[in-house]
Amino acid sequence: MLRSRIIPCLLVHKKGLVKTVNFKDSKYVGDPINAVKIFNEKEVDELMVLDIDASKEKRAPDLEMIKNLAVECRMPFCYGGGVTTVEQARKIINLGAEKVALSSAALEDLTLCQKIGNVIGYQSVVVVIDVKKKKLFWGYDIYTINGTKKSKWKLNDLIKELEHIGVGEIVVNSIDHDGTMKGYDLELADLIRGICSMPLTILGGAGSLDDVKNLISKFKVIGAAAGSLFVFKGKYRAVLINYPNREERKLLY
Amino acid sequence: MIGIVDYGSGNIYAIATIFKNLNIKHKIISSPEGLDEAEKLILPGVGAFDETMQQLIDSGLQEKLNYLVLEKKIPVFGICVGMQILGNGSDEGEIAGLGWIPGMVKKFDKKIISNKPYLPHMGWNTIKNPKKHPIFNNIDEDFGFYFVHSYYFECENEENILSKCNYGIEFTSSIYDNHIFGMQFHPEKSHRNGVQLLKNFAELEYA
Repeated sequence: MLRSRIIPCLLVHKKGLVKTVNFKDSKYVGDPINAVKIFNEKEVDELMVLDIDASKEKRAPDLEMIKNLAVECRMPFCYGGGVTTVEQARKIINLGAEKVALSSAALEDLTLCQKIGNVIGYQSVVVVIDVKKKKLFWGYDIYTINGTKKSKWKLNDLIKELEHIGVGEIVVNSIDHDGTMKGYDLELADLIRGICSMPLTILGGAGSLDDVKNLISKFKVIGAAAGSLFVFKGKYRAVLINYPNREERKLLY
Repeated sequence: MIGIVDYGSGNIYAIATIFKNLNIKHKIISSPEGLDEAEKLILPGVGAFDETMQQLIDSGLQEKLNYLVLEKKIPVFGICVGMQILGNGSDEGEIAGLGWIPGMVKKFDKKIISNKPYLPHMGWNTIKNPKKHPIFNNIDEDFGFYFVHSYYFECENEENILSKCNYGIEFTSSIYDNHIFGMQFHPEKSHRNGVQLLKNFAELEYA
C-alpha cells in the first residue's frame, strides 16, 4: 500500500540552511550537505530543498550546490528556487534530482509547466504555492518571491489549471503557519484536497509528530512536509536534525 | 565493471555513488564504444518516454545496446522510464521502444481504478515477489521502494512479470527476461532496499 510521505523541507539562504517564521526572521541551522547525510541515515521518505535567494535575486539555480546535494541523497530529492527555463530543469534532473519545484516563474506563465513536463516528464514537475489567509474575507491569497509579491491567481483557478496540465505534485505552503509549529492549516488542506486529484503535500506549521499524524489520518495519502519540526528540538528550539524512525513512522500512518 | 549508461536521463550520479560506496567497479558511459568494456549495464531513467528514446537514438547507443543485450546477453537493469523503454511503446509517446520485453506502457486509468488514487503514483509502496527471484534477496518487502510515475508496464507474457505492486489496481512493478531486468521504482532513491537491490544485480552470476 502506498504510504503518506513525511518530507523534511530545507531552506537554503546564503549557502547555509535556515528556518524562517512566517517567511521572516531566518535562523541559521546548519550546512546543507551535512543535513542530507543525517537524513540519509534516518531514511527519510523524501527531501525538499528550496533556495530562497534565487528568485529574489533573479538568479539561476546554483547547479554546483544541487549536484553536491543530489549525489549525497539516497532518497528522492526535490529542488526548487530560481527555475525559469526548460534547460535549467533538464540540468537539475540530470544532476540527480527527481523533481523540480517551480513557483514564481510558473505562476507568471503556466505553459512553463508543460514545456518542462514534456522534457523531464510531468511526474517530476512540482508547483509550490505559498498562500496567506485573506485579511477581511474568507479564502487565501497566493504569494511568490518569499511572500513579498501577491499573485493575480485565485487559488481555485490555479489548482484547476495545474490539474488540467497534469503536474506531478503541488506543495501548498501556509505563510501564516510557517515556523509557528502550531499545527498544519487543516482547513487549507481540506480545501485543496477537495478540488484536485494530484499528489498534494502540505507545508507549514507542523510542530510535533501528532500534527503529522493528524494530517495523515484525515487525508490517508498525503505529503506531510515540515521544516522546523525536523531541524529543531525542544521548546527552546535547539538545532538538532531529527526524523521519526521506522517504528515511530508506523504509528503515524 | 558495471556501465551506467548516460543518455541524458536520470540519476546517474546517485547510482554511481551507491556502487562507489559498495566498492563495486562501475563507470558512467555515454558513447557506443565505451559500452564494450561493460560486463553489466544500468539504464537509468527520469523523464518522458519519447525524450528518452530520442536521446538513445541520437547518441547512437540504441544499436549498440541491442547488440550487447540481445546478442552478447549482457545483463541489463532498467530503472523507471529506463524500464518502460524495454517494451514496444508507450501511451506517453509515439516512438517505438527497444522491444526487448514484449509489452506496452499504459497510463493509469483513474476511471477503472478503485479508490480513485492520485496521479502520479508517488511515494513509498510495497512490492510482492511471488517468484522469489534472487535479485530480491534480503529485500524488506514491507519497507518497499520509492515510485514516481503515471504509466506502468503491461507485459504481454505473464512469464516476464517479476513483481507486482498495488495502487488501486495490481500493476507490474518489475519485469525480467533472463538477464534483462526493469524496475518501475527508483532503487537509487530507496535507501537500504535500493542499495541491496543494486548489489544483488551486481552479484548475479550467469553461466
